[in-house]
Amino acid sequence: MSNHAEAEVANNNKTEKVFSWPNLVAKEFIAAILCTVILLVYSYYVDAPLRELANPGEPENPAKAPWYFLGLQEILVYFDPWIAGVVVPSIIIVGLMAIPYIDVNPKGNGGYCFRERKFAITVFLFGFIFWYVLIIVGTYMRGPFWAFFWPWETWSFDFPTPPPLMSLPNWLGIFALLIYFGLGMLIPAVAFWKFAKQLGFIRYNITMSLLLLMMGVLVKIALRLMFNIKYILQTPWFNI
Amino acid sequence: MNLILFFIRKLTETEMWKSVFRHGYTDTPRNRALQTISNVWLHLHPVKVPKHAVKITYTWCLGGLTFFIFLFLTVTGVLLMFYYVPDVNRAYADMIDLMYVVPLGRLLRTSHRWAGHAMVITVCFHMLRVFLTGSYKAPRQFNWVLGVLLLVLTFLLSFTGYLLPWDQLGYWAIMVGTNMGAATPVMGYQGPFADLLGVKINNDVRFALLGGTQIDAPSLLRAYVWHCIGIPIIAGALMILHFWRVRKDGGISGPL
Repeated sequence: MSNHAEAEVANNNKTEKVFSWPNLVAKEFIAAILCTVILLVYSYYVDAPLRELANPGEPENPAKAPWYFLGLQEILVYFDPWIAGVVVPSIIIVGLMAIPYIDVNPKGNGGYCFRERKFAITVFLFGFIFWYVLIIVGTYMRGPFWAFFWPWETWSFDFPTPPPLMSLPNWLGIFALLIYFGLGMLIPAVAFWKFAKQLGFIRYNITMSLLLLMMGVLVKIALRLMFNIKYILQTPWFNI
Repeated sequence: MNLILFFIRKLTETEMWKSVFRHGYTDTPRNRALQTISNVWLHLHPVKVPKHAVKITYTWCLGGLTFFIFLFLTVTGVLLMFYYVPDVNRAYADMIDLMYVVPLGRLLRTSHRWAGHAMVITVCFHMLRVFLTGSYKAPRQFNWVLGVLLLVLTFLLSFTGYLLPWDQLGYWAIMVGTNMGAATPVMGYQGPFADLLGVKINNDVRFALLGGTQIDAPSLLRAYVWHCIGIPIIAGALMILHFWRVRKDGGISGPL
């Protein structure tokens, strides 16, 4: 990998230093000017959106959150609001903050290098792309009543009635959750014993919980799209 | 020509000139160092940086651009505050005025809006860059945590600004967002375990965000104050810490 080679070269030159003035400052200055020019030229030609005066009596359909939250709004289809709007973003934030403390691999610091951090980079890139795919779906493929439309289809109110949803019986749901999280924690611990040992008990559990939760969102989406599953588990207080 | 040089020399030798500009501009290593450390804006930088760090393809300028766009937003935002009043009877009319009456108002509003989106994008990709270069690893763990907080604050800055035009787009977007807040477990009136603390529509977290049970005048004022004062102060404080820690944690990341 060429980036890996670059990192090696950089390693050899790590002691080589240059003056910030002008080597760094000049580049920052040019970047700032280019950024300003692009912003102003773009703004000159493309107006910012402004719709009619806010009217509480006339809901927008579809009503969409700002684009960077549309990933969360998109998973509202698959989860109740307390999961999609509160629990998922909270876990994302806490999970992101936890990264430096659970990734104890000292390699690959200070250069683009995939070979030495395959697991970390794969998981992070997956999450990053997942977030943006959901945003793209929410932005371009959700029309009135949040119905799905391909980008080349025109939005209309005349869309097929979605198939009826059903929930798993609770005994099956609990069983499925136990299998998913139980085997999800156990199998990698056995299959990648060295990796798990390197992380240690607590770090391994945190890492795998976060990974399984992220993949769980994908699993629930798949269950809904393929088998019309509404809930995996129903309790008097909340449903998952 | 000699006369001009003579005057320049005389001028730069005056006490007044020397009180402002502390060193000469002759290209010497000493002056290059002084250029950085005797300038309050530039002394954020170390005098010397590793050679690999000034390559565009290492940082893609993303952190610096994010900060620069924040400054751009501050300047355009302050100018917008001269024209915009966060009152439900005026806000939308002020937007129309900005678009059609105020000199350069359209450019001001539009560039503020696009810059807000641009900052969300650059801050996300800055995080991606920092991850891919492993720059969160020891000893920089805590600065990554600060960065995540700044990412969240960037989202919140943009989100609070969304309501201010008081148009249908912002109104219903904030409706979607704050209704999710109402679903917060324990603290939102529609969330699980809400009755545990006696949380109702008029005392839950959504109520605190909106200043009422529905989006109305108090919500607009709250969005405005958070957007223009509250969050920028918090984000500014964290930015100071973030930049300070870049230096204190060993400067820009590089191969160990």
